[in-house]
Amino acid sequence: MGIETEGLTRKFGNLTAVDGLTLSVNDGEVFGFLGPNGAGKTTTVRMLCCLISKTSGEARIGDYEIGRSEDALKIRRLIGLVPDNVGLYEDLSAYDNLDFYGKLYDCAETQRKENIQRFLTLLGLWEKRDVLAGTFSKGMKQKLAIARALIHEPKLLFMDEPTANLDPESAKTVRDFILELKKEKRTIFLNTHNLDEAQRICDRIGILSTKLITTGTPQELERALSSGESTRKTVVLLQEQATDVVLAGLRQLSGNVTPEGNKLTIELKDPEKENAAVIEAITKAGGHIQSVTIAGASLEDVYLKLVRERES
Amino acid sequence: MRLSKSWIIAAKDFKTYRKKKNIISALLVTPFLVAVLITAVISYIGTRNSARTSPAELVLLLPAFLFVYVILAAYIATPISSYTIVGEKVEKSLEPLLATPTTDSEILLGKGVAAFLPPLAVLWGGSTLFMILMDLTTESKIGYYYFPDWNTALVLLLLLPVALLMSVMVNIIISSRVTDVRTGQQLGALTIIPFAGLYLAGELNLIDLGNTSNLLIVVAVLIVVDILLFFVSRATFRREEILTKWK
Repeated sequence: MGIETEGLTRKFGNLTAVDGLTLSVNDGEVFGFLGPNGAGKTTTVRMLCCLISKTSGEARIGDYEIGRSEDALKIRRLIGLVPDNVGLYEDLSAYDNLDFYGKLYDCAETQRKENIQRFLTLLGLWEKRDVLAGTFSKGMKQKLAIARALIHEPKLLFMDEPTANLDPESAKTVRDFILELKKEKRTIFLNTHNLDEAQRICDRIGILSTKLITTGTPQELERALSSGESTRKTVVLLQEQATDVVLAGLRQLSGNVTPEGNKLTIELKDPEKENAAVIEAITKAGGHIQSVTIAGASLEDVYLKLVRERES
Repeated sequence: MRLSKSWIIAAKDFKTYRKKKNIISALLVTPFLVAVLITAVISYIGTRNSARTSPAELVLLLPAFLFVYVILAAYIATPISSYTIVGEKVEKSLEPLLATPTTDSEILLGKGVAAFLPPLAVLWGGSTLFMILMDLTTESKIGYYYFPDWNTALVLLLLLPVALLMSVMVNIIISSRVTDVRTGQQLGALTIIPFAGLYLAGELNLIDLGNTSNLLIVVAVLIVVDILLFFVSRATFRREEILTKWK
């Protein structure tokens, strides 16, 4: 189940929260939505979940149109939402929380019971099924909120910063679970601040700052930034510390060579072409190479560059 | 509108209330306490020679005391019904609920039922205790068991539920417009005013509440008001505003 938007816009009075968003999320894809606070990520999710209306533009989920009142219930039936605030019923047990939502999504009793057991077990909460949700830790609550969003087995899952405020271990469990869901070919729309998480989990990434700045795979985005720079870096690991002879040989190729223990960082205009000369220079000078890598821009570099450009 | 969806929401709220001791105690104590206190007052008056009440006066007093339960109906649902929408918002559980395939009307009806049935059961329980205690206390003076009679049935089976429903609907409207439970409860308590006014009008002989026709007219008016209030509650339940403006 895919998502298509065309010029999707939402205004709150004079404030434009989302401005002309045009994007496409493919069926079975994990799409990461990155952006600073107030970029419009949550507003986008709320529009796509038919929780708030759009001001203008078009959006479709599968065959259904966002903004058509007769489609709203059908869309909500197809999707699952993990909101930024987990919003559990703290006075109900984990089981009762899921049972309530299963009933609202019209899951038959047998399917409901099976799904509750399956998801609570997968998330390590089955033993705690009769414990009040209010007594759970943040990580457990987040896991329960994810199980709640999956109780009716939606094809499309919206997750609004699912690992925010979690300790590293809980965050890892949640990330691993998202990767499991990815294997099941569910479409996942993931709002996140966490660049590392986006890089590890997402097939494609969109960077939003009220307007959509760019989309692409993490690798495409990194390459796009790297190709725009006048110089790039080659990192060489030697088996020993670089000698003066090695450094002198390299400085004939590049004006900027930085030694750091047995690691050498060399700025080059075109590493793909010039690395052969680098290797030859080191070998001739008696150096022994362990590895040579081209250091590209990280997703963090891409994100910061694009968001800063947009803000300025 | 699918009633089954509303019932699921109401059933969930019943489970939640069981864990809310303040709501349970506010609900349970008053109707039973009123039954005991009024009986105690009547018994006390009966023991004082200087203030001895004649059987004719007692017969006038008893239905007036029963009307206290109608006033209670307008008040007692406040803690529960003001908690309905604003309570969900405070616990941040409204967003996932609104993301489910349920309509505003189904949610509001579910919330209404959840806020209506427990107070109704408690009020009927309290008023039954009141009637039993009163009959036991006054039978020796007036020579027969006064309760129940047709007017009592009318008050308890028709007037009390529609008064309670009105209070619930007003409280739900307030609850979907305010941002904290306490403000909801304070404003919701104002629904007592029209019923206290009706009681006062009866005491001042402006309206005869012992008259079946008058009671039926009041009930009919309240049914119309209740229906109007349901539509008002639907119109004032703005999910967007609740999600985007409430902090």
